[in-house]
Amino acid sequence: MKENSIMQPEAPQYAIETRDLSIFYGNFEAVKGVNLKIEKQKITAIIGPSGCGKSTLLRAFNRMNDFVPTSRVQGEILMHGTNLYSRDIDPVEVRRKIGMVFQKPNPFPKTIYDNIAWGAKINGFKGKMDDLVEQSLRGAALWDEVKDKLKQSAYALSGGQQQRLCIARTIAIQPEIILMDEPASALDPISTLRIEELMQELKKNYTILIVTHNMQQAARVSDFTAMMMLYGETRSGTVIEYDDTKKIFTRPGDKRTEDYVTGRFG
Amino acid sequence: MVNMNRPLDLRKKPRIGESAIQALLFFAGILSVFTTLAIVFVLGKEALLFFNDPEVTLAEFFTSTKWAPAIGDFGIWALVSATLTTSAIAILVAVPLGMSAAIYLSEYASPRARSILKPLLEILAGIPTVVYGYFALLFVTPILRSLTGEDNLGVYNMLSAGLVMGIMILPLISSMSEDALSAVPRSLREAAYAMGATPFEASVQVVLPAALSGIGAAVIVGISRAVGETMIVAVASGATSEFTFNPLQAAETMTAHIARISGGDLSYNSIDYNSLFAIALMLFLVTLVLNLVSQWVVAKFREQYE
Repeated sequence: MKENSIMQPEAPQYAIETRDLSIFYGNFEAVKGVNLKIEKQKITAIIGPSGCGKSTLLRAFNRMNDFVPTSRVQGEILMHGTNLYSRDIDPVEVRRKIGMVFQKPNPFPKTIYDNIAWGAKINGFKGKMDDLVEQSLRGAALWDEVKDKLKQSAYALSGGQQQRLCIARTIAIQPEIILMDEPASALDPISTLRIEELMQELKKNYTILIVTHNMQQAARVSDFTAMMMLYGETRSGTVIEYDDTKKIFTRPGDKRTEDYVTGRFG
Repeated sequence: MVNMNRPLDLRKKPRIGESAIQALLFFAGILSVFTTLAIVFVLGKEALLFFNDPEVTLAEFFTSTKWAPAIGDFGIWALVSATLTTSAIAILVAVPLGMSAAIYLSEYASPRARSILKPLLEILAGIPTVVYGYFALLFVTPILRSLTGEDNLGVYNMLSAGLVMGIMILPLISSMSEDALSAVPRSLREAAYAMGATPFEASVQVVLPAALSGIGAAVIVGISRAVGETMIVAVASGATSEFTFNPLQAAETMTAHIARISGGDLSYNSIDYNSLFAIALMLFLVTLVLNLVSQWVVAKFREQYE
């Protein structure tokens, strides 16, 4: 048990993987039997029709589902060989390694500077804060737009800028993995494009998992795609196909995936 | 089927119900403003009689620390000091406890625990203040006296009255603060947690600052209740006007003095009678100043989330 929770010495092949992962809300099995191996420093998209458990699955990775009182997990999520749901794991520590960007930009009602500094501070950052703030904002392609107004409220920014600020504060705590839950669905097309370009930059250093409703977006940005679908009598969501994005969108192995990505339903 | 042959009529139509409702709502709003103005007017008018009396000077009223109407001493600070001392004790008790209770209820408690605790706490707010007064005098004071030694603490003292007053306004502050905390959008909490915040960091550093304007309102209402509270101090904190900020001493607050003097035989237009209005006006002023200060503090520190 104890050895299980310390890092394995050899470099793991995958950033994170799930084994027979099922997620329950009370007695309802919202997500069933998911086995995914997420490649390092790649963008993996999770697509599928509404209500098929994409967000539920994504939120399992950083244990955000813990806040739903009735939620329960079966199976394992392994990061460097450690099961994130093992008893001796602190969800706070998990979230420091696995950052998250939400659907609606949710900056703190603090200054732009403090939005980034806060996370670093609570994570025990000891270096020069000014440098970290600049570096994070540059990393999120926002520095040039905000460098003269760091002390202004983050709420003065546009929606797209706010979302990039949320990405900047996430990379400021230097996670290994960034989860993105439809990060561009509340943004206009130009802001969306900027976020997508940013993702290509980010994957040089981070592993990205993105949930998206937008199939073109998945096809544009991701390297791998997992297709989710409700199935069975319990109407549980599961991954029906997981492959190279190119393959999923050109010659999918599953008829249901083909119907979905070609817009025949969903 | 829409009848296409009917003529199109988009002219304004009288809506009597709508105008009547609007008038009613306006009346309700203006009523409280009017009442406040009327009170200020009456207080001002009667207080003016007091200040016009040759025995009194405005300077003495606002600078002297001796209040003894029988021998013509009218220094308001003797009464203000007691009001400030008891209120400060009450706020020092109620704000930390009330905020802690509010944070527990809104950020930590399970829905079940909250559904039991919140109504229980609100029952405290329904207890008549005269009961609190005798609770202070007959229960809290003896305990305090046994702790400090009977020589150091009299039967009547401001400490006991202030502490119990704090308990009285605690549910008010916790309930209003809890509402303010619960109104903070879930997305802010999620943002904090997703960055690796502990529940305490998320509540105190993200949710609390965002709820500060509501919490400030709670504290303002709490201060006003404490400054205006009469029964507890009348029963437990003594009937001697004494300029002191020492909580172990007995001293009469502005409210308690008004209650005691107006309860006795007073002829209209006597200077004693008129002095009550001057005290009431001062009470009004103290509350107003404390409100303004609290509002300023809140405006300085709050983090607006919309």
